[in-house]
Order: sequence, then structure tokens, then C-alpha cells
Amino acid sequence: MIAESLSGRKIAITGSTGFVGTALVERLLRSAPGCELFLIIRGGRRGAASRVKREILSNDAFDRLRDMHASSTASFDAMTARRVHALDGDISVDGLSLNETDRALLASCDIVIHSAAAVSFDSPLDSAVEVNLLGPTRLAALLNELHPSGTNMPHLVAVSTCYVAGNRRGTAPEQLVSEGPFDIGLSWKAEVASARRLRSDVEAASRTPKVLEGFRKGARRELGAAGAPALAAKTEQLRERWVSSELVQAGRSRAASVGWPDAYAFTKALGEQALTETKGALPVNIVRPSIIESAVLEPKPGWIRGFRMAEPVIISYARGLLREFPGVPEGTVDVIPVDLVVAAIVAVAAAGPEKSPYITQVASGSTNPLRYSDLVNNVRDWFTEHPIYDAEGQPIVVPDWRFPGRGRVQQQLSRAKTAITQGERVLQALPLRGAQAAWSAKLDEKRIEVERALEYVELYGLYTECEAIYSIDNLLSLWDQLDQKDQQDFCFDPRVVNWDHYVKEVHLPSVVDHARVKMTPGKTKTDRAVRLRANVLSPDRKVAAFDLENTLIASNVVESYSWLATRHLNNAERARYFLRTMKEAPTLLSMDRKDRSDFLRYFYRRYEDAPVDQIAIDTQQMMTDIIIAKSFPAAIRRVREHRALGHKTILITGALTFNVEGLRPLFDEIVGAEMSIRPDGTYSGQLTKAPPTGETRAQVLADYCASLGVHLDDCVAYADSTSDLPLLEAVGHPVAVNPETRLASIARKRGWLVEDWAKAAGAPKRILPFAPLMNERQR
Amino acid sequence: MPRPGFVLDVDRSTPPILFWRGENYSLEKLPADRSRVIYAPEPEAAIEDIDSAIRHALLNPIEMDPLPTLLFPGMKLTIAFDDISLPLPKMTRPDIRQRVIESVLDLAAEAGVDDVHIIAALALHRRMTEDELRHMLGDRVYDAFAPRGMLYQHDAEDQDNLALLGETPQGEEVEINKRAAESDLLVYVNINLVAMDGGWKSTATGLSSYRSLRHHHNTHTMENSRSFMDQHKSELHKSNWRMGEIMKKHGPKIFQIETTVNNDTFPSAFNFLGKREWEWNARDRAKFVASSAALSRTPARMRRNIFQSIEAPHQMTSIQAGEVEAVHKVTTANVYRQQLVEVQGQTDILTMGIPFICPYNVNSIMNPILVMCTGLGYFFNLYRNKPLVREGGVIIMTHPTTNEFHPVHHPSYIDFFEQVLTETTVPSELEARFEKKFAEDEWYKHLYRTGNAYHGVHPFYMWYWGSHALQHCGKVIIVGGDAPTIRRLGFTPASTFNDALEIASDVVGRSPTITHFHTPPIMIADVK
Repeated sequence: MIAESLSGRKIAITGSTGFVGTALVERLLRSAPGCELFLIIRGGRRGAASRVKREILSNDAFDRLRDMHASSTASFDAMTARRVHALDGDISVDGLSLNETDRALLASCDIVIHSAAAVSFDSPLDSAVEVNLLGPTRLAALLNELHPSGTNMPHLVAVSTCYVAGNRRGTAPEQLVSEGPFDIGLSWKAEVASARRLRSDVEAASRTPKVLEGFRKGARRELGAAGAPALAAKTEQLRERWVSSELVQAGRSRAASVGWPDAYAFTKALGEQALTETKGALPVNIVRPSIIESAVLEPKPGWIRGFRMAEPVIISYARGLLREFPGVPEGTVDVIPVDLVVAAIVAVAAAGPEKSPYITQVASGSTNPLRYSDLVNNVRDWFTEHPIYDAEGQPIVVPDWRFPGRGRVQQQLSRAKTAITQGERVLQALPLRGAQAAWSAKLDEKRIEVERALEYVELYGLYTECEAIYSIDNLLSLWDQLDQKDQQDFCFDPRVVNWDHYVKEVHLPSVVDHARVKMTPGKTKTDRAVRLRANVLSPDRKVAAFDLENTLIASNVVESYSWLATRHLNNAERARYFLRTMKEAPTLLSMDRKDRSDFLRYFYRRYEDAPVDQIAIDTQQMMTDIIIAKSFPAAIRRVREHRALGHKTILITGALTFNVEGLRPLFDEIVGAEMSIRPDGTYSGQLTKAPPTGETRAQVLADYCASLGVHLDDCVAYADSTSDLPLLEAVGHPVAVNPETRLASIARKRGWLVEDWAKAAGAPKRILPFAPLMNERQR
Repeated sequence: MPRPGFVLDVDRSTPPILFWRGENYSLEKLPADRSRVIYAPEPEAAIEDIDSAIRHALLNPIEMDPLPTLLFPGMKLTIAFDDISLPLPKMTRPDIRQRVIESVLDLAAEAGVDDVHIIAALALHRRMTEDELRHMLGDRVYDAFAPRGMLYQHDAEDQDNLALLGETPQGEEVEINKRAAESDLLVYVNINLVAMDGGWKSTATGLSSYRSLRHHHNTHTMENSRSFMDQHKSELHKSNWRMGEIMKKHGPKIFQIETTVNNDTFPSAFNFLGKREWEWNARDRAKFVASSAALSRTPARMRRNIFQSIEAPHQMTSIQAGEVEAVHKVTTANVYRQQLVEVQGQTDILTMGIPFICPYNVNSIMNPILVMCTGLGYFFNLYRNKPLVREGGVIIMTHPTTNEFHPVHHPSYIDFFEQVLTETTVPSELEARFEKKFAEDEWYKHLYRTGNAYHGVHPFYMWYWGSHALQHCGKVIIVGGDAPTIRRLGFTPASTFNDALEIASDVVGRSPTITHFHTPPIMIADVK
């Protein structure tokens, strides 16, 4: 009967890219072959129609439907082209910003299913308000506007959540909260106004000098001397993150203060209230699912979209990260498989506004409860049988769950977080490179994991402690009205779920599959670096840019200078030179930290009065003694590989060009600092061209590429420090070479190729970067 | 009267035998009744009055007029000399080359010759440093000639300063240093440490370029030189002599001065290393125990410094001058007199300790490729008639063989190890696939010409040096080395000498005959 009553109907759906929305589209296409769908979706850059194809129809939910069509004459694509239409609309804007054509299409719809929501439990308060609270109201207002006569009104089915009932014990009936005994008389309009005000207040607060200074400091700590543009971008990102987290915090505390677990449930509850108040003549029904999890049967067992609430917690547990999770062992976790929710929504839509109850809850707790302790035991048993393997290929033993209180778990995690953060700071302060720097990157990952675990505990802890029982009388009466065929095709009876089977055979296999965790023993051979390297050395690349210090050679401008300066000195003079330099070292170091190019300019004044001819002879010897002796053979090989592939190579360095003359055959172009020569044949100590440092390096490369007519996406850049971040970010293929700690963690996060290049094992070693002592005759 | 070379049959009473292991050594017990040890002859007596001997040779040359009669004012005189690859280890000052060149310069000055160039004949070897040149030629010669640009090192990639003299009937191009080619007289001063040195090889190889060298530095020549220490059976020798014919026809007049040195290899602190083990006294034994224990606790870098600073007390045993081929006949006889050891029959397993030095790592590092070259190229080929090891037999070397290279001296070796040996270890295959690329590489040329690097093609030559041995042997085992590095070379690693014998038993059975080639000092096995 359901299929028949939906036949010929036009159904508009919001939130179709979501978990429930996708399942809904699939079920309607497959089980109600007569209906037509109009998906209201934010077009963005790609456009609504393209998003429908890419983000909805290509989901594996449609595999079953595709298979069915493979054997029939009409192709899947032809069927969806005929039955699925995209409307470009945004639920967070009044009128949904639909164009005239789309408005007309929406006006022609018989049923509108609203499943769009900011489902994240930690969305900022104002965006939760805009979407969850105002979304249904906006939709209702638009539908009223499209049907001014009040006739032929479409039927609006709004998807809400059981948790609108708030933190309470005992039965939560299928009625509006505002009509229940625990209503505290909140005004949704006042909440909307205050949320919007809060946004502007927080935005303002984030721009005060003191707070901004904090962001700048944070950016500097994370990136180091990466140059003004990079630091500015990072600072702004930190500010935006701060605003967002303030608003998340505000949402959480506001919700808690009025009796809801989080901003999601809170705004959903007020959303129901607002919709009821403003719907006017529009026929409305509300469907309230509890915690929606993977499908028990339709479209296929275990089907799930996105990483949902329980999954991250389960995976963190299986990884041994979350050793404990709060909860009441005998409490109920009200989980409902997605196919049951979808069936209930379709049933309500098919039954029509008259035959459906105003509110229908889809939950399992009252008739077929899943005990928290059963869930936990099933999870532990399953992972004991099918452990996740760590990077070393060793199985991870899952811990015993002791059902501690929330406070204790939080305390443990925060302690861990503090320890890790401090460790990270220490590592970042140390002058580490290459493999050691990777520790920091690993620690960074660990910290993010702990932070996430802490979030889960804060967010979901309440749900495992919730002791409300959601009554489903309306749902069951709807069920009883269905004929046998509908009951078979559109099953939404929570009593049919066998939880043990569901958890072990359906849900967990699907979760580990989605999380792409390692389920087989043995060490993984990481072919990622190999792949990235092949990509970097592809003939399609055009230009390879190299930094010098610590990328090609383990040396620096100070060493080159010392070598040249001591070349003609005797022992006593060398000792004096050494003492003088040591005395100056702290000043030089702090200058270098503050601004690289100021430091170079200051340092290069030392070359004043140096005879050009002598330097030319000496640098040739220095090339052997310092540059080649301290070079990374693999780095030189890489430069040559690029050249062999026909790539242009460019050396971008703060060193004086006459000091790196010996490297000329490796590069098509050397951009460095250049010094003017006086008429008497000595160096002036003054630079004619500023040394390229920080963001100017990116500019140098961009200019070079422009002169060749090459796009930066086809470039490879090799550098070792965060001060080269602008250069690395500018190109399509960045490579971090022996990265210092900060760059190591950035490279790891962004999936850049990391190369650990070392000096030749037999390279001669010198304690001080002095030229070999000459005897009297040689001098 | 020095004792001649000697083959010891190992029995139960034979003490453990010294095996070199790079910058260290060990004593290994060889199985009784089927092992033998070959010892070099003792050092020949040195010439006492070296300066008179030099003068005598210059004034009484073989098949040529005395040197003073060849010198005249306004002439172009070029003196070329062997580079740092000879002798090994380096000589205590004054070096023979300094003494000979000083004598030649004295005669030139007496004859009023001013246009004199002194050229280091280093072919594709690395340029030497100022210190090394001063050690070899003395400060007087260096200071008089180097600052005026009249003492320099041959540059085989300086196309403007090479002269093509012609081609042999076999199509071998003869290209040598232009200044040498255009001189009125070319005086070549060499040191003959082994039987393949000297003769036409001095000029045709030392002063030539890749264009010339490739005709005899290749796998074909090496596989057909049995061995290259035996002039009558050496394709390398024949090719050089064919080139000599072209030099005679189209090249400069050559006054060849050849010297030989005795095999007095170790200074007194290390002299036990040259002694026969059963003749070690208590002091030798103490020296061995103390030094090997100390060395095993010393970092590699410092060990290398200690050994590279060894200066050998070699002394000149002969000097002869004049026409190249006539002179070289005398020289070769003198080398054989010092080095030849008669050995009866071949062996199943040839063992050799690889020492800290070979011609290509003076003041540098014995990298894995040089280990191969020293063992399979040099030591294996130190034979006459037939190889010490039978065909299909096993060679066991002892050496730490670490993955260490000198970045300044051996840059192309590093890439050869990483890019070529990872693809193939077969000499003819890597010759065909990679040689040209390395030889013509601009970066290697740059480092060879401006730095102190061996030419890009040099590691290939090192590998070719071993091709006869690779063809001949059934298995090569290196004891006590870095396993991944040894595998990269295509050999089998073993942790102890006994393990190596176990591994070898797969090829040569349970009770093979074993011969230990107790070198240094250098010798040539005359296998009957």
C-alpha cells in the first residue's frame, strides 16, 4: 500500500547528503518506484546536480539498486535522471535562496521531508540555531508562501530526535516538550536573538589586541619564522577556530543550563516548538529517531554513511586509546538502525497528515532495550576475537571496561593531554631534525587522539548515562495499520532487532571496515613514500627548487665564512678569531631567530675588504672542504635525477652566490645574496640584492616559473624548515628534507613526502669549521 | 741475503695466521693438512747511494743517448710522474720521485732549459692536494714550479689540452696530454710496485683521456688478461704496447725513468705484520694483542687516520732509464725478483685479508667497491700461469666492508653503489647500460676537474678489474662485514671465518684445499 500511495507523488527532501537522507533517497527510489524526488541541496561550487551525482548517487547504498538495474532494460542512470531532480537551496537562509524555477518545482511537491540538520554534537551555538532551530520554520514559511491560498498544501515530515526530551529519567512520551510537564517556558525567539548576538560578541572579543596577540604567539609557536603571510594566515585560522570553539562551549553550557545534553538536542527541541507555532495551515508530522546506527538489512546489512557517534568511540577503544568510557552498566543505549528510521519516515509520509500521529518516536529502549553492559561486552568480545593491529603488526589487546564515572575518565585524559602537550613543547624547543623530529609529529598525533577521546567523553558521556525511556506507542499503532506486504517492505518495528547479532555480525564489521583500521597482522610496508617519490620524479614536473642549508648540505653561511676567514690565519690568529666569534654568537643567534634577512645582511658585512681574486681561489677549495664534504649524496643525486628528467632546477639560498659557485653545474638558476665589488677589486660588504628568505623564496620561484610559463602546481620544492613553508605551500609537490620538528609534524599532517638525507658515512669530520692549517711556505 | 718467498703447509703445530680486516686484523686457525700459506720474499737490499744511482741511470741510459745530450736551450721539456696511487703505503720523505725529478731538473738547468713543465700523470684519478704534491715532490720543486703554473695535474677532461696522436690498427685512439705530446722531450718518472705498472702504461694511460682509456679499461680486456700482471698474457699490456707504437711514431721523444722499490711495507711499530707468524717473538705477540684490542675499541674514523698516516720504509732497489720498452724489460725482471713466489698447483679455496689500503684510497676510505677491486681485481690477479684458485673455486676475503664512502674523493662511487649495483653486478651488463652515462656526466667531470674527485667512470673500472675473478670463481664470501652492503656487491656475507668455510662447502665440498695469500707485502704467485 505504501508504494501505491506514493506512486505519482512528488517528494522534496532536504539533507539528502546526510546519513538518513541518503538512505531515504535510496529506499524511495527502490521501494516506491512511482515517486519523483526533488533534492534540496546546497549547490556550492560544483552545483546541486553534480553534488547529487557525486555525493549521493555514487554512495555504496545504491549498489543494490544498480545491480537490480543491471539486469533490466532501463539503466540506473536513466532512471535517476528521470526521477531525481536537484534544487539548489540552503536551509540556513530565509526562503532557502531558491531560484524561480526551483520554487515552482518545490511548489509542485506533494510531500516535503526535512531531514537536514547540524547533527554534530559540537556545532557552534549559532549555526545549530540557524539550521536546527530555524530550519524547519523557514521551510514551513516558504511552503506557506508558495501556497498562499492554503489549498493543496504539501505534507511536511520533519525529522527531529528523541533527545529533545532532555536529561530526564523515566518515560518520555511522544509529545512536544513545551506541552509536557517539565517545560520551563523557554522562548525560541529569545534564544535565536541571543545566539546571534553571541556570535557578534565573540567575533568582537576575538579581535581585541590582547587576544590577537595570543593568536600571533600561537601561530609563531606552530610555524616558527615562516614569514608574514604564512603567519597571518595561521593567526586568522587560530582566531576563527577560537571563535568557533567559544560558540561550541556557549552552546554546550546553554543547553546544559536548561536541561539538555548538548546544543543539538536543545536546538532541535526549540525547533519543534517553533515549527508547531509557525506552521499555520501546513500539515506537519514529526518523526523522532533516537541514536541512528548502521542498517540492519536495507539497503544492505551494516550500511553506514559517515563516521557517526558511536563509531569513533568504538574505534578509539579498539585501538586501546580509550581505556575507559563512562556510563551506567544497566542503563539503556537507545540505538535504532537507519533502515528502521527510514521506513518509519516513509510510512508517515505515505499515511498522510490525517492518519499519522503528530509526533512519532523511533526508538528501541521501551520494547527491545540494548543494555549498556551488553553492548560493551559484545564490543569487547568481538575485538578480542578480531583485534586491530598496530603499526608494528602486533594485535592490540582491548582493555576491560570498568564503567567509571565521567569525572574520573575526563581527569585521566586531561592529565595525559597535559603531559603530551608539554612533551611536544620540549621537543619543539630542541634542535631536532629528520627521524628524531618525527617523534614530535607522532606525539602531535597522539595528542590529537587524546583530545578527540576527551571530546567524545564530554559529548557522548551524557548519552550513555541517559536513563530516559522513549515511548513508541504512536509508532506501534502506525505499524499495526500496515498490511503484511508493507510490514515486510518497510519494517520499522524495533522489536525485530537481535542486538547480539546486530552488534557482532552487522555493526562492528561495518565500523572497522569504514574506519580502515588494520585488521591483519604483519608490518605494513609503507608504499606511500614510494608513491609520492614517483610523483615527484614524474616527467610531468617542470621545475624543482632546492633550499641549500640542511637540504643539500649540512652546513651554513657561518661555516663558509669561518672557513674562508681562517684560511690564511696562523694558530694564534685562529684562537683570537674563535674567541671573538664565540662572544658574538648569542647576538647572532637571536638575530637569526628574529629575522633571517637582517641577520644575513649584518653577517655579510664581514666580507668587506675581502679581495675578490683571493676569494675566488679560496671558494674553490671550500667547495671541496665544506660543501661537497658536507653534502648529502642522496640530495645531489636527486637534483641530478630532476635534471635527467628534463626538469629545470633552481637553487634558492640565503648564501652569497660566489660561495656556491661550485654548485653551478647542478642548477639552471641560482638565486642567492649578491654583493657589490669596489673598483679596487674588494668586496664592499653591501648586498646589491637582498637574500631570498621566507616568503620571498615563494616569490622567487613564482617569478622563475612565470618566466618559463610553468604553473607552480607542476613544481617540486625541497626545504628543511618552517621558514620555507611559504615556498613549500606554493608548489604542487612539496618535499620536507630532514625536517625540523615543526615542519615534520606539518608534513606528516599534510601528507607531504619526507626525505631523510644524511651526509656520506665516511665524510671527513671537523670540530671547528676552519680551513686546514697551512704551513709558512703555503701561506 | 733476503729469504725468498715461501709456501707453508699447515699442520697441527702451525700457529693461527694473520688475516687483515681493513684497519684491523685477526688471527685465524687454518685446517691442518690441507691448507697452505704463501709468504712474500723478504725485502731486497736497497741501493745505498741513491743519488749516484740516479745520476748513473740518467747518464747511462739503455738504448738511448745520455739525458744531458738530449737537453738544449730553448727546448720544451715536460716531466711527468706517477700519482699518489703509488707506492703503497706512501713512502717516507724524500719520495723517489722527488729525488729523480730534482736530478733531472739539475741537468736541465745545467743545459740552460727554462721551459719545463711538471705534470702529475693521474689519468682519471683524483687530483692531489697541495700537501700530497709537496710530500711527493718536496717543497723545493713545488715552490719553484707550482706558483708559476708549471707544476700541475693532468686534466683528462680539458679538451683544449689533449692531443690525438692517432689510432692503432685495432682502432684504439691514442690521446694524451697536449703539452706532453708537443714537447721536445718527455721525461717520465715512475714507480713499479707491481708488474703491470710502467712501460707504455705510464704515458699511454697516465697522460691519456677517457677516449683512449676505454679501449683497454673494459670487461673484454680484463676477462682476457690472464693475468694483467703477466705481460705475455695480458690484453691490457698488449693494448698499451700497441698504443706505444703510435706514440713512437707520432708522439714526443720519451726518456723513461723506471724505478723499483722493495717490499719493506711496515714501519717498526707494525713490523710484526710483515713477519711469518711462527717467527713472532714475545714482543710481536704483545704488539698484536695490544694493537688489535685497541683498534677494535677505536672509532672507525680514528682507525683510518692511524693507518693512513703510516709511511712505509720502502727503499729503491733499482733505477733504469732510456727507451721505454728496453727499460721496462729490466724493470719487470727486477719486480719479479722481489715478488715472485713459486706455488705448486691450484687450490679450492683462496683466502685473503683485505688491508686498509689500495691504490685508490690513499688518505681516503676503502669503500665497498674498492674492497671488491682489491680482492678480486688486484690480489686475485697477482699470479702467473694460472690463478691460485681453481676454476669454480671459492674466494674468502676478510674485511669490515661498511657502507662508507668519501664524498669528496668518490662521489660517483656513491651513486654507482646506489644506482648501478642495485640493478646489476654483472660487469659486462653494467658496462653496457651505465658506463657512458657516468663517463660523460657533467657533474662528475666538474668534480674531477675542480675538486679532488675520481672521474665519473672510475667505479666502473674498479668493477671491471674484478671481472676475470667473477668469471672464474664459483662463490665469493666476505667475512666480518656489513651484510646488506656485501649482498649489494653480489657476494655472500659470513660472520666468522669458520662460517665462511661452512658456506663454501656447498661449492667445494667438505674437505677442500685452502690457500691463504699472505699479503701485504705484495707478491706474485707463479702457479705451476
